[in-house]
Amino acid sequence: MNRAGPLAQAGWHKGVIRKLLRSQEGIVLLLAVAAFILFSLVLPSFLSPGNLIALVRSVSILGILALGMALVVIARGIDVSMIATMVVSVAWAFVLARSGYSFETALAIGGVFALAAGLGIGLLIAFGEVAPIFATLATGSVIYGLGRTFFFQLEMQNVPPGNDWFAAIGRGTLAGIPLTIVAFAVLCAVVHGILTRTRFGWLLYAMGSNPAAARTTGAPMRPMVVAQYMISAGIAYIAGLILASSAAAINARLFNSTMIYDILLVVVLGGIGLNGGHGRVRNVVLGTVFVGILLNGMTIMNIDFTVQNLVKGVVLLLAIVADSLVNPRDEQTSQQGDL
Amino acid sequence: MKTTGIQYWLAAAMFALAGVTAASAQDKGLENPRSTAFHQDLKDKKVVFLPLSMGFDLTEGWAAVMRKQAARLGYSFEIRDPAWSTDAGTRALSSLITEKPDLIVLHNPDIQSYARLIKQAQAAGIKIVQINLESNSTSDSYVGADWTEIGEQAAQAIVGKCDTGKGVSTKIAIDTGVPTAASDVFQLDGIYRVLKDHPAIQVVSQQATEYNAEKARSIMETVLQQHADLCGAIGIWDNQDTGTASAIQQAGKGAQVFLVTSGGGNRVGCENVEKGLFNLYISYNVPLQGDILNAEIARLLQTKSSAGEVKTMYFTPLTQITKDNINQRNCWTLDDLK
Repeated sequence: MNRAGPLAQAGWHKGVIRKLLRSQEGIVLLLAVAAFILFSLVLPSFLSPGNLIALVRSVSILGILALGMALVVIARGIDVSMIATMVVSVAWAFVLARSGYSFETALAIGGVFALAAGLGIGLLIAFGEVAPIFATLATGSVIYGLGRTFFFQLEMQNVPPGNDWFAAIGRGTLAGIPLTIVAFAVLCAVVHGILTRTRFGWLLYAMGSNPAAARTTGAPMRPMVVAQYMISAGIAYIAGLILASSAAAINARLFNSTMIYDILLVVVLGGIGLNGGHGRVRNVVLGTVFVGILLNGMTIMNIDFTVQNLVKGVVLLLAIVADSLVNPRDEQTSQQGDL
Repeated sequence: MKTTGIQYWLAAAMFALAGVTAASAQDKGLENPRSTAFHQDLKDKKVVFLPLSMGFDLTEGWAAVMRKQAARLGYSFEIRDPAWSTDAGTRALSSLITEKPDLIVLHNPDIQSYARLIKQAQAAGIKIVQINLESNSTSDSYVGADWTEIGEQAAQAIVGKCDTGKGVSTKIAIDTGVPTAASDVFQLDGIYRVLKDHPAIQVVSQQATEYNAEKARSIMETVLQQHADLCGAIGIWDNQDTGTASAIQQAGKGAQVFLVTSGGGNRVGCENVEKGLFNLYISYNVPLQGDILNAEIARLLQTKSSAGEVKTMYFTPLTQITKDNINQRNCWTLDDLK
């Protein structure tokens, strides 16, 4: 027994690793753990609690946005207008607050705008039958253009002065943990609940894995689509508020940045396939944390900007290659197509 | 003898007559032929502004000042907004070359992208003024900050606070924007020129923020975790460094880390100096740059020399704004300029 123990254990380890290597999620998990161990050994204060909190915090907003994106991607959609919705609704709310509305009213109007944008996109996809990627790509530009033309002149909008409670969202802590991380955790729990415990959540998987079958069995496809994009817009608005609160300003220029690709990076890296139908909140968390470890480690090592982008790109490429090796295109995907 | 006498009287009479006419003319003033020519030269000319993007303090400020003069002097002023896209900017510049305005005011996204087109435009007879961000290829005029000088001033301020025995340590961080912009390459050169003479100063982090305040915040947060005894930081632009400052404040190190940044002197930046977020703010004063830009536009529209024949430049003065000199002259709002 005593001799067999370690052997059996070693076998169990091998089994687990082999099992992990069989899924993309597992590969990323192993990579994340490897990077974590490497950085802990090489970088002196990587493992300090302060740095670990900074690490998670720096990607929390990305994680929150990725939750919204995941919801849509699981149902075989994609929402690349999230950043536009986020910056325009928040920046507009700040402009309104400065022009005389009470801050709370202004925030409510911003929220309504975000939901309306989501509604518009949803209707376009559900009833206009436009492919999600094109619909959201185009509406993203429309939303941003509307904002720049009618709602605000300056891209950089500071948080209106005198709203201390708002500043607390991005800078406050709960039991030593920044509220940004707490918000990410809470939203993870909520989205997890939706995906696993509600009919809406189950229908998302149904729509994602086989839209035709879902429609025939009577799933309310169109209302479902509209609801998804409204949720992702709402999540984008929440992320925008947290971001603005933590940096004391919102910059509409984020629309032109690579942020939307970073969100997709998190989603795909975490193992939520763009062909829909699978993926859970833990995939988003995994993707977020892995990106966080990479960014944090590279910042500490003071690696050059261009090299950082290169590393991010190579990692994404590896994940995609791994995904297609592990989950080869089969009869089903070739019939239904994917993104 | 006689003839000379007549000539003398004739000349005297003419002189008197001229005096009388001049006196009567003086009642309604004199037409200044130079003023007439000035207005005539500028009228109906076409000036186009091609910024990096509209929608931020610098470009909106310059545009407001330029628009005012265009309205006063009767030339047309248009803006082509490529919204941060170098591609769109290149396309806009190419189509402007066929459109042939009299003058283009150009804001370069980096030192290389427009270099060739600048030469083509000038060959096509269009005069070009570059504003605040230079290209490698020189044109009729450049008006804007001397980024090397900003870098030097920033580094000198940091050296004054963080050289051996002056601060908690000799560690500093640099937050850059986009690695290829003139503001980055020349400013870094200025910084390192000064630091070369102060080998004790250690640059522990030099990271690009892509002008994103939230990214600047998370970079500074990580740097402070690694180097709790950081003494100073140089940020490349006030718009992004609100994030850098917010990370420093949040770590409770506002009194320890000396933050130098630079910008156009917008009221928002000044407010951040007032609040103690920025310790030193090197301002290139957008209203002043706008005025100088206007003078250059008027000068170039009048000169008969062809485009690219004479190349000049003017590095606009810099103001070091601290808590002590926040005033109307140094800090502006867009409404002031309209």
